[in-house]
Amino acid sequence: MSKVQIMTGNQAAAVGATLSGVQVVAAYPITPQSQLAEIMSQQIEGGKLRAEYVRVESEHSAMTVCISASTVGARVFTATSANGLLYMHEQLHWAAGARLPIVMCCVNRGVGAPWTIFNDQQDSLSQRDTGWLQIYCRNNQEILDTVIQAYRIAEKVYVPVMVCFDGFVLSHTMMPVDIPDAGAVRKFLPPYKPHTILSPEDPRNINPVLFPGRRENTEGVLCDGYMEMRYKLFAALDGARDVIIETDDAFAEVFGRRHGGMLWEYMTEDADVILTGIGSIASEATVAADMLREEGVKAGVVGIRVFRPFPKEDVRRALRKAQAIVTFEKAVSYGYEGGLCSDLKAALYGTEVKAPVHGCIAGLGGRDVKARELAEAVKASLADIEDGRTEKTLWLNCFTG
Amino acid sequence: MPANLFKVNEKEYILPGSRACQGCGLSLAYRYMLKALRENTIVTLPACCLCVLQGMYPSTPVLVPALNNSFASTAASASGLVAGLQALDRSDITVVAMAGDGGTFDMGIQALSGAAERETDFIYVCYDNEGYMNTGTQRSSATPLGALTTTTPILTKQQQKKDFIKIVEAHDIPYLATVSPAYPIDLYDKFVKAKKIKGTRYIHIYAPCPPGWTYPPKDTVKMGRLAVETGVAVLFEVEDGKFRLTGRSKTLAERGNRLPVINYVEKQGRFRKMNIEQLNQLQAWVNRKWDEYMKRTEQD
Repeated sequence: MSKVQIMTGNQAAAVGATLSGVQVVAAYPITPQSQLAEIMSQQIEGGKLRAEYVRVESEHSAMTVCISASTVGARVFTATSANGLLYMHEQLHWAAGARLPIVMCCVNRGVGAPWTIFNDQQDSLSQRDTGWLQIYCRNNQEILDTVIQAYRIAEKVYVPVMVCFDGFVLSHTMMPVDIPDAGAVRKFLPPYKPHTILSPEDPRNINPVLFPGRRENTEGVLCDGYMEMRYKLFAALDGARDVIIETDDAFAEVFGRRHGGMLWEYMTEDADVILTGIGSIASEATVAADMLREEGVKAGVVGIRVFRPFPKEDVRRALRKAQAIVTFEKAVSYGYEGGLCSDLKAALYGTEVKAPVHGCIAGLGGRDVKARELAEAVKASLADIEDGRTEKTLWLNCFTG
Repeated sequence: MPANLFKVNEKEYILPGSRACQGCGLSLAYRYMLKALRENTIVTLPACCLCVLQGMYPSTPVLVPALNNSFASTAASASGLVAGLQALDRSDITVVAMAGDGGTFDMGIQALSGAAERETDFIYVCYDNEGYMNTGTQRSSATPLGALTTTTPILTKQQQKKDFIKIVEAHDIPYLATVSPAYPIDLYDKFVKAKKIKGTRYIHIYAPCPPGWTYPPKDTVKMGRLAVETGVAVLFEVEDGKFRLTGRSKTLAERGNRLPVINYVEKQGRFRKMNIEQLNQLQAWVNRKWDEYMKRTEQD
């Protein structure tokens, strides 16, 4: 049995975490995540969820609590935004290095300085290399479903998962959301089995200092060195693609909804130009694609759902027929271009996809992104390509002097 | 008389061959601390001398489970262990967070203050060797006035030590105690007592450090005793707000035979550049602290 309710993205995330039966929640309030932290405390204090809520004094401690609680065998949850995520940075590396299946929502917001409370994705995209799996949502249904999926993925590959969704655009916007049946979720998501449990019954020294080389233990067995452990983390993310797709398929089988696995496509089959983006900006791009088609431009959209591991095989397949590709990104790698634009070009390098890739930076710090502007940017890119002009990063709807 | 004089747990929880320095004050304290806390214990620690003592993967000389975490996070890590164990109905396990003075006075203060305010059920242990000894004897806020460190290499430290214990006490925790490895039975008694109490407990170890303080490794116990006999370190406990001197500090107070700090200072190479003015300032600081303790002894 399922039921539809109207709710915000933060509420959807909280419902997802509650249905996942999280046992420890640690969070520190920050806009636009605060409502999510509030709902989780309400669920726990109100007895709707049997879990420990640790009202930590910082985001660094929020992630630390998740790390240690996960190490003793509890399923844990946290959420943050912007500078809160940046403050966790050290512990993000720690969580991934310790191979803990922590799930965290990142309610995307621009980072200071100067301060902004509004949406972009600079926060999570600048955590790209921490070893976390990153999944981006485009609507509130997807947030709820992805949180549940995230636990199943994380606990299979022993890699933490960041479920990212755009602040205000999704976190504070009401949408109808179908709430899955609790019993069905329990079946879909079996209880967490840690790879190593920290316990007096089997004393171990966990996450100790390592020498550069491999080293024998007291029984003469050659054990991993630091680099082998890091390779295993790399391999785990590399291999996570199959698990992500399998999880989305299994979810669809039980709940009748799929979210695309690594990426989703909109009218790409016959598209000459493909618009790409991450999160809600990609949803906006579907409206732009409709507008372009009305004007005779065959446009389609590829929405990147999983940014790490990067969906390299998937983009090669989805973009194989494209004549031109335009990325729209709510983050930038200063001194170069948007991170998605770089990764996409790298994924296509040496393949049969020779379409030029143009990068647009849009919507930083909550700057409005209109479908019409996306469509105009695509047309400008197409004109540039026609004239043989070299590609450069375009700052959309921004006074650049 | 110490409560456990004739009944210290005989079991050893640290096997021979730890990576700590010769004559390490922390090692001696850790040995008696684990004897008092026994098997059903989990320790969490940051990168510090204790992390070195715990050994390099894949071997460890320590028989209690330990979780290493990042430098600022010791008390938060304990909060996570406590919450996780609570969620799994395993709250019978004693959770211990243990860090040095750098990881406590300086970088760990936020997490410790937060955990104490939340009345987290764990024992926080600060082993105070008065500097960043693991990284090569740099100055911390626990370093005493007049001490040479590798980041106060010419002028010596110009400020007095931070009275961190006062900060911890301001959290109104149920149990707080100071100990020295030079007085192992006093230390043992306090850990046995702390284990039985619920809530946040704080134990401060004055841990002499041969390479950091520059004295021969054989003199660690002597240095620990001199610290107490000069009043540089004071052994006491505060149980539910009630202050009590213990062990050697108690007899010093009763007999009034506290030694001058020069007896302590002159034995350590780190004070070799201390001038007479600094020596007087240090003595005045120790006297003022001692008087505060005496006043509390009379009041309580």
